[in-house]
Formats: sequence, structure tokens, C-alpha cells
Amino acid sequence: MTTDTRTPETVAAPSGRSTLVLRRFARNRSALAGAVVLVLLFVLAFAGPYLTPWSYSHVDYGALRSAPSAEHWWGTNRIGQDVFAQTVRGLQKSLVIGLLVAVLATGLASLVGACAGYFGGWTDRLAMFFVDLLLVFPSFLVIAIVSPRLRSAGWIAFVGLLTVFAWMITARVVRSMTLSLKEREFVRAARYMGVGPFRIIWRHVLPNVASFLIIDATIQVGGAVMSETALSYFGFGVQPPDVSLGTLIASGTGAAVTYPWMFFFAAGLLVVFVLAVNLVGDGLRDALDPTAKGAAR
Amino acid sequence: MNPLLEVTGLDVDFDGRAAVRDVCLTLERGEVLGLVGESGSGKSATALAILGLLPGNAAVRGSVRLDGSELVGAGERELTRIRGSRVAMVFQDPLSAFTPVYRIGDQIAEAVRAHRDVPREQARSRAVELLDLVGIPEPALRARAFPHEFSGGMRQRAMIAMAMAAEPDLILADEPTTALDVTIQAQILDVLRAAQRATGAAVLLVSHDLGVIAGLADRVAVMREGRVVEQGTATEVFDRPRAPYTRQLLAAVPRIDTPRRPRPATGEPVLTVRGLTRTFPVHTGTVVRRRSGTVYAVDGVDLDVRRGETLALVGESGSGKSTTLFELLELTAPEGGSVELFGQRLGTLGRAEARALRRRIQIVFQDPMASLDPRMPVGDIIAEPLRAQGADRAVIARRVPALLAQVGLEPAHADRFPHEFSGGQRQRVGIARALSVEPELLVLDEPLSALDVSVQAEVLELLRRLKEELGLAYLLVSHDLAVVRNIADRVSVVYLGRTVEAGPVDEVFARPRHPYTQALLSAVPVPDPTRERHRTRILLPGDPPSPTRRYDGCRFRARCPLQADLTVDERKRCAHEVPEFEGDGAACHFARAREVL
Repeated sequence: MTTDTRTPETVAAPSGRSTLVLRRFARNRSALAGAVVLVLLFVLAFAGPYLTPWSYSHVDYGALRSAPSAEHWWGTNRIGQDVFAQTVRGLQKSLVIGLLVAVLATGLASLVGACAGYFGGWTDRLAMFFVDLLLVFPSFLVIAIVSPRLRSAGWIAFVGLLTVFAWMITARVVRSMTLSLKEREFVRAARYMGVGPFRIIWRHVLPNVASFLIIDATIQVGGAVMSETALSYFGFGVQPPDVSLGTLIASGTGAAVTYPWMFFFAAGLLVVFVLAVNLVGDGLRDALDPTAKGAAR
Repeated sequence: MNPLLEVTGLDVDFDGRAAVRDVCLTLERGEVLGLVGESGSGKSATALAILGLLPGNAAVRGSVRLDGSELVGAGERELTRIRGSRVAMVFQDPLSAFTPVYRIGDQIAEAVRAHRDVPREQARSRAVELLDLVGIPEPALRARAFPHEFSGGMRQRAMIAMAMAAEPDLILADEPTTALDVTIQAQILDVLRAAQRATGAAVLLVSHDLGVIAGLADRVAVMREGRVVEQGTATEVFDRPRAPYTRQLLAAVPRIDTPRRPRPATGEPVLTVRGLTRTFPVHTGTVVRRRSGTVYAVDGVDLDVRRGETLALVGESGSGKSTTLFELLELTAPEGGSVELFGQRLGTLGRAEARALRRRIQIVFQDPMASLDPRMPVGDIIAEPLRAQGADRAVIARRVPALLAQVGLEPAHADRFPHEFSGGQRQRVGIARALSVEPELLVLDEPLSALDVSVQAEVLELLRRLKEELGLAYLLVSHDLAVVRNIADRVSVVYLGRTVEAGPVDEVFARPRHPYTQALLSAVPVPDPTRERHRTRILLPGDPPSPTRRYDGCRFRARCPLQADLTVDERKRCAHEVPEFEGDGAACHFARAREVL
């Protein structure tokens, strides 16, 4: 019906939102730096064990608490384990746990919160009842009871447990934000154009709460690493001889002044990790928000 | 004797950006000066600068002299003394101008006492007097009400009463009627006129509405981009505009009194609505929620739209226009009455049929900023209905640039975001989105009311062109009767959720038969000072009644101007018998045509 002759052939097909967001992200220097650091951390964590002859559990009785040297790059701890080998091993665990818990918890929160807010009625009531239930459960106690049974499932089960107790408050906030978004005209417009409810949630609701979700996820990363430490301290989660950044920091804290290498390498890597995640998060937020000043077109 | 207000070389900057440049105005005692311009023209900034009410990031230069004393650079104490006692302000939004936790009467009494040393009791009785003066019924009782208990029109009256409290020399009215319906606007303008006569104050009336200015102002100043481009008496400016911008503005204003022959539509019916009803429950109680009442939002609306025809649905806010639209677009069975879209009855459709129907009916919303997802590039926004219909990538990639070109936008701008466009361009994006699936019926929900006059004219032209090119049918909802006259073929008037009159637009506008239609038409201001001042206005008393009640008989009878002339028996008929509405005509027992324009 409408063939317009004014359209020049040279006009490229409009790029979609995902391409635009990616382009804006790539143009943001600090975000890109954060992403590069993250990649480097992963390389260090997973290639590191092959660089050193020491394994994380091997005990070198000839070098107790020895300072960094050519043999033990980052020194050894008080029973003679190589700090470099231990740190990269711990980094592996913490990177994966931190990122997975943050992504899963935020994902679950946004799914439940957005659905509860968008559909309302019984969906809302049931979802919020469940959220409140989880909030009043003493999460520590539940993890303590459940985790011995999940020991065979390994750290993946642990990630699951941490996630289950980390998403409720975010979900409540997402729900209330969705409630106000639902009344906005563009959501109504999409509905009258025949767009399905889940598509509306995915394409209109979630991008408009993205700023909050991203900030929440970046905080969640650091939080997950730390709560993993707390749990490991009480004997759940990562258990010796296995290590995580959290357990390394916990055991090295006492020696921070006298034998700084036992503490500062692990702590430094954790700080770098959280910083990098924050940079990436900020970049993503600016890329998703077209009115942001930071990201130019 | 020097003039009451003399503004010379006024400059206002906001954070270094020029908002007002070299404005010179003079205002004599008892004179009404209309300051007119589009949004961003600096008219409000000028008014606020006179009172020294601009925010902290504004820099003011030049001179503002009130009765010879300089106000620019005057101390805060000096300004506070002048505000209220010599200069009073009437704002656009009266709800935010009253403190919500104090009674209206007390607030007016406070204004009286602030500038005159009278005992509390006397101030209070003066407040009641003032409320009576601005036409608030039962003023002694209403003085004890809180701001939220007043309707918008009543609040604006109370605001004027407060402005009169200190008997000022100058009243600044900044868009005093913009947030109100036309019949209420007519009441308020009347009150403003009365207030001006009673106090002998000069009025600086700021408005974007040329009709309002034409009716009230003795002299007019036209502003554009921070400068006054033309100044003169009202008749001079409106009849013999000198500045090209004024001419352009006057030409762009849609006028209610331009005759236009609508084309009679002969095509098959696209939309048929009979006796549509929609109610909303009212709940009370926080612990135990129970239904305490019902809002009869739509209560008997009839509509007929034929192929290639524009039907305008006209009514005041709260009359159920938008609810009617949203009921249609849900594509589900209506609560009461029947809706037939393209020959298919709503409520009998399967999923696939409903989906196919979605393609044929699309909507353009009122506020283009709110109806476009701020986080989506416009290319994706326009493609959304196509995606919902399952169009593939290649089709979308071809259609989007074509659609942008069709509504007069740059095809290359598809990857920009809504906030990068102006208001009119955004509305074009909204139109392109609706057109993307080649609908046959386009529902337009107040498509122009958020736009400036000159932009309105462009979008109106676009809609007219698209209708011609694509053979669309429009269902237009509007409270702006001038726009309706300029685009609609047929018009349907609703009052309190019920259709009261319908017919071809020239017929209804030239010879309205229902008293409500007559009042509505007579309330619309015409941008022509001579005609505007000699028209007979039918002022409706009071506010539209609450839709939470059902009324016996005619629901308009409480405000009906005909009631006074009816005999007792005739009145009884109005009170007990609901006037029927059939096809074209008026739902009134004593309908008679009357020319009001």
C-alpha cells in the first residue's frame, strides 16, 4: 500500500537496540577498561595454575612464611603453601561464584518482580507471599542445614543456595517499579499493538528498570564473595584444602602487618575484581540509558 | 503620571542560556495586557521576572518599574512587601498554589491579614465575601473546605479570590485556564473579568491561547524566542498583524468558525458501537476492602465510523472519552452494549482473529513523550507493531525508513532515541508506529493537545494528507473543538459518559440542538477580539456532576440553561424520562437548534 519513493536506497537498515547499546558501551573508555581487566582476571585465574610448578594444596616444608622470591613468586603461607597458586585457585572460585550469584539473583529478582508487578492479582499475591516467606526465614540456618547434603553437588549447589537468599529485596523493588511503569502510556501502547506480556516485560519494563538492576548486581558481586567467606568460615561452602579469595583473606588478615604477602595479594585482587565489575556496570547503565551524559552517541 | 508597570530592556538568562531578550512592556492602570507566545518563548519567564520569582540559576538584567520604583535588584524584604499587597499572582495549577493542610478560607484570610491590619474575624468574613464574589456557591460553608475538596475550576476561583484579597494594583495571571475544560475556562475568564472590574487592577495575562487573549486583553504583546515581536491594541494585532510571526501564528490557529464542508462518507461501516457501558468499582477500607460505590465512566455511548471518514468524539475531561477508546482497543467483550469492528462483534473472537483485528486498528496517544519508550531507538519503536504481527527482519528493515519518510522525518534518524526529537517530531514517530501495519482505522487520542499551535497545524496537515493517501478512517478524541472542526467529518458529543448529540460536523457546529453542545461551542474562544467580545456566551453553572451517581431522567438537567424556560410538567419530564439518542440528532426532550458561533 505504501511505497514511498523518497526513501534513498543508501539508507542503511536501522540498527536495533542491542547493536546501539553495544556500540555505546564500546565507546565508553572506562567501561571497556573494566571489561579488559575482567578478562585478564579470568585469564590469570584459569591459566595461572599452569604457570607455576606449585599446586595450591602442596606444602613446601622448606619454605614456611617465606617472602616473595623467584621460587615462590608471591611467597608462602605459614604452612608452606605457595600463595600464588592458592590465590589463582581462589580467584577461580570467587570470580565464578561472585558473577554467577549476582547474575542469577538479579535475573531471578527481575523475573519474579516484573511478573508480579505486571500481572498483578493472584500472581502478585503468591509471588510476594513467597518473597516474604524467604525474607523471614533465617537464611544462615537454612544453608547450614541444607549444605551438608549438597556437598556432593559441589560449589554449583553453593551458588544456587547463595542466590536463593539474595534476590528477595531486589524483587520487591522491581515489583514496585513495574507497577508504576505498567501505567505508563508506552506500555499501554505496546499492549494495544498486540505485543505479548512477556515480550512487554522483556522489551519495555526491564530496560526501564535496568539502571537499578545493574547497580544492584554490581553490589551483589562483592556481597556474594563476602557472604561466601562468612559461610566458609563456619564450615559450609568452600572447604580446605580448597580455597577461595574469601577464605584466603580471612586467614591472612591476622598476618596482614607481619607477613603482608599472605593478605595483600588476595585482598588486592578482590578489590580489582569489584572495581572492574563496577566500571562495567556503570558503562552498561550509561549505554542502556540514552539520556546519560557519560556515553556519547 | 508614569505608567503602573514599566519594563525596559529586560534580559533573563538561565545558566547562561538566553531566555528573554530586551523585552519592553508598559501597563497602565486598569488595563489588560495579553502576553502571548508558544512554549519556550519566554512569556512565563518574563512574568516571573517582574515579581522576582525566578529560580536561583536565573540572571535578570534591565529594569522593571512598578509605579516608578525599581524592582530588579530590590531586596527580598521589599519584594515580599510588594508581592500580594500590590501585585498578586494567579498560577496555572491552583492545586500546588494552595497549602493542602489549611482550609481555603483561612488561607485567603491570611492573605487579607498579611497586608492589612484587621482582626481575625473580620479577615475571615472578608474571605467569605471574596469567595462569594468569585461565584463559589455557599461560600461560608466552602471556606471551611480543604484545597483537595475543590474541583479544578473552584480552586482557580479561590485563587483569584486570594489574589483579590489585598486589592492589588496588578494581577499577574500565568496561563490561568490552561488546565481547565472549555466550559470551566469560560466561567473563570468571566470571573477574572469581574475581578478586574471590581478591583480596578491592571492584569498581565500570560497565555498560549490566542482566543483567551482576544477575549480579555486590551493590548497584546506577541513573544517569540525571548523577544517581543509585536505589540499593539488587540484589534490592531489580530486584524492587521505586522510581524510575519504573528501572521503565521494567526494563520496556524485552528478556528472553530471556519466553515468547511465535510465529505459525506459512503463506505461500509468500520466501527459500530451501541450503548457501550463501563463501570469501575470504588473500594474503601484498608484492612477489609469492600466495594462502596461505582463510577459510571461510560454509560451509553453510540458511535458509527465509516471507511475513509473522521469521527470526532468530543467532551470534557471525565466524560468518558478515553475510557471508551480503551474499551474498544482491549478487543474483548464490553461490559454492556455492543461493539462491532469491521463487521466482527467483540467478545466472539478467537486469539488468531483478535490478532488479525489488531493490525486493522491502531492508536496514536496524546502525549508523545509518555507513549514512546524512552530507552528504545525510534526504529525499534516503529517496528514494534510489525514484530507483534510476526513480520520478518527484511520487511522491517525496508518498512521503517519508508515510514519515517512518509511522516516527514529523516529515514536516517531511525537509531536516535525519542528524547532527541522535538514534540511534533515525536508525535510523528507515534503516527509512523501506528501506520506501520497498514491499519484501516486509526484511533487518535488527543493527538494535538500536547503540541504548540504552529506544530499542531503541521501535524494536522500530516493527518489530513495520510487520510487522503491511505484512505484511513479516524476516530479522533479531542476536547479542542477548533481542531475538530478542521479535521472531522462527523462529530459525536458525550456528556457524563453518554452520547448527547451526533451529526455531520458543519451541521452540528452551525446549528447545535442539544443545550450542552450549544454551551460547549459558545465557550470556545475565537481569536478575533471584535467577534469574541460580542458573542453571547451560554455559561453553564457549576461543575460536571460526579459520575459515581446514576441520575434519573436527563443527566444534564442540573446545569441545563433550558430548565428556566420550561413549565413544571416539562421539567417533570426531564427529571423522570431519559432522553433517547437515536442515530443522528440530540438526546434532549426539547431540542431546538440555536446558533452560537
